[in-house]
Amino acid sequence: MTQFAQTDNPRDQIVGHLPQMRAFAISLTRNLSAADDLVQDTIVKAWTNIDKFTPGTNLQAWLFTILRNTFYSNRRKQTREVADPEGVFVGQLSVKPDHDGKLAFADFRRAFDQLCAEHREVLILVGASGFTVEEAAQMIGVAPGTIKSRTSRARKLLAQLMGLAEGESVVIGGYEAILPMRMVAA
Amino acid sequence: MSENDPKAKVRQQIDQNLKRVYQEALEEDVPDRFKALLAQLREKDAESGRERP
Repeated sequence: MTQFAQTDNPRDQIVGHLPQMRAFAISLTRNLSAADDLVQDTIVKAWTNIDKFTPGTNLQAWLFTILRNTFYSNRRKQTREVADPEGVFVGQLSVKPDHDGKLAFADFRRAFDQLCAEHREVLILVGASGFTVEEAAQMIGVAPGTIKSRTSRARKLLAQLMGLAEGESVVIGGYEAILPMRMVAA
Repeated sequence: MSENDPKAKVRQQIDQNLKRVYQEALEEDVPDRFKALLAQLREKDAESGRERP
């Protein structure tokens, strides 16, 4: 067992968040080697700025904040991307579902990859990694309302990219695909 | 109600797939270079700590 030391020093707890940091970095970059460089930069920044971390607060959120800030500031330096967080080339590379309406995971991933980083970011933070809207708002540095609207826009784009017009029923293998009822919001 | 709403179904499918995308990334092996980097940073700190009066 390679157990890392249980200490109060947040520096010693960074190692425990590496898989999540890497997963978030992969979600942002969609590229393993770029993700690894990003995690590396984040580790160094977190280590040297550890005095700025407030003990008792969410270390993972703090690390994620550094990671995404690094990502966007590198991107600003490296590329001349159109500064349009809501922009995505919808329809250009639209993935159509199979004739039977089957929505394959590969298609989903392709659609996800086409989203801009800002959209992938909110979807992963709020939809997949379990942060609340408020936490995501703090990490991204915007109002909770912005997170909500950005998330809903990102979902709409994903649906469009997968060829699922809003209101269109999703059919998998001939029957309607519904998640277990417990997933349905009360 | 909401489970009969096609929009809600698309939503649920998106959620399920998003979790899967993240889960896949989470299951990627973390390269050793990160642990090595942390060890290196620790060492550097220990050294500079010794140099200080």
